[in-house]
Amino acid sequence: MAYVPDMKPRSTGGSIVKWATSRAVLAPLIAMIAFVVVWEFLVWANGWPDYVMASPSDLPEAYAKYWGLFITYGWQTLWRTVVGLVLAVVVGLLLGMVMGFSRLMRDALYPLLVGFNAIPKATVVPIVALLFVGAHDFNTILIAFMISFFPIAVSVSIGLSTLEPEYRDILRALGASQATIFWKIALPKTLPEFFGALKVAVTLAFIGTNLMEIVSPHGRGLGALFDSGKTNSDYPLMFAVLIALAVLGIVLYYVVVALEKIFAGWADRQPG
Amino acid sequence: MTFPMIKIEGVRHAYKTPSGPLPVLDGLDVTVDEGGFVAVVGPSGCGKSTLTKLIAGLMMPDEGTVMVHGETVTGPRSTVGMAFQNPVMLEWRTILENVMLPLEIVSTKMTKAEQKERANYLLDLVGLTGFGDKRPSELSGGMRQRASLCRAIVHKPDILILDEPFGALDAFTREDLWQTMHKVKDEEPFTGVLITHDLRESIFLADQVVVLSQRPAKTQYVLDVPNTGPRDLDHLYTPEAAEMLNVLRHQIEVAQGRAAA
Repeated sequence: MAYVPDMKPRSTGGSIVKWATSRAVLAPLIAMIAFVVVWEFLVWANGWPDYVMASPSDLPEAYAKYWGLFITYGWQTLWRTVVGLVLAVVVGLLLGMVMGFSRLMRDALYPLLVGFNAIPKATVVPIVALLFVGAHDFNTILIAFMISFFPIAVSVSIGLSTLEPEYRDILRALGASQATIFWKIALPKTLPEFFGALKVAVTLAFIGTNLMEIVSPHGRGLGALFDSGKTNSDYPLMFAVLIALAVLGIVLYYVVVALEKIFAGWADRQPG
Repeated sequence: MTFPMIKIEGVRHAYKTPSGPLPVLDGLDVTVDEGGFVAVVGPSGCGKSTLTKLIAGLMMPDEGTVMVHGETVTGPRSTVGMAFQNPVMLEWRTILENVMLPLEIVSTKMTKAEQKERANYLLDLVGLTGFGDKRPSELSGGMRQRASLCRAIVHKPDILILDEPFGALDAFTREDLWQTMHKVKDEEPFTGVLITHDLRESIFLADQVVVLSQRPAKTQYVLDVPNTGPRDLDHLYTPEAAEMLNVLRHQIEVAQGRAAA
């Protein structure tokens, strides 16, 4: 197995108040409040009606009205995104390993991957929707996967192919197998790059899920809720969905950050 | 009678490059007795690191023989320890876990507790007492190099290959580590091969200095250092040392083509 360092014991002395007033919590909170205030002010100052731009004060009403749908659809969006992301991690890691260890495979696969990544996924959505008609969960997961595996594959392959030869040699000189070198050195050394890519992949996967949910006429997920808001000219609902998506994105992002702390915390060096 | 631990005879080796083969070694002969310590010096890019890879079994020569323990080298063996200019510390492990790394590869009869004890003993030996639980990023370059040395000998290798391990250190730290090397060799005997650019280092640590010619390298000159075994830094400031350094410097200039033999 990959080497998992012990988590450093955290001090449990601080109270919840101390946490809530720490810079890590206050700084983003203040930034968010400022964002909402500026948004509200812009809508008010320009006198924009709802159908041009909803204001933050319109949103609580939309959430109150549809909270049941937000919960069920939000869950659908979330689990399909996570499954797509897990697939992207597995396939991205495998592709990255193949390309990282074999020059031939790197030369062979790179143009194909870049070309594939260059295709706008919005154009793939109807193709997939027709290809697997009715398999809505599968289609959504597939798009989420397709849009997010690329950065993972690239970062892992670069991490592995740029491993300094000495790192290999200290184990190779002892007669260690390629697999041992991979588990003990190459993989852990690539983890910081991997998590960097995973942070990008998280937000991409959400985009993929929603592309499918909006286009595909099956009425599931937050994307479908957005679409129904559009159909019914319920503009506050549309904006409420966007904010809900942003919140889900932030939650998943911080899950990745927490995983990064556990598995690649060693790479974190506090600047100054 | 001393027995040759490493015997390299008539080795030729070339690297394949897009513009044809690049010969790096051509007629290399080096013999290291059991328990001996040979320093290899020569102009940069003359194939010194290639020599370490041949001894470690990471590469096979195109021609000639590399023998260790009287047997032709056919691949990596766990009886070799290596340290490089880059200390190659695994940043996600503590210093102690870094030192114990080879024991996870090489099968030893040591229990986990014994392995830990041995690693701690080596850290004490090189002056890193109490640093076992630190991460490599918390240590200075010299300290990381000391830890790297511990890792190279933790599995009790017969042969220790040092590829410019002190090259990136400042002068005082380097001299400190030279003395540590003598202490280590005294406590943990090994047959040593040291690649270096530092002539003072070569005569301070080794009992034989081999000068290689420019690429493709062959053995150009062999100097026997008269007083072997542990020595202190005063040794470097004797007339004998000055004489040896002069001879070696001249040989390097010959190798570079800047002086006539």
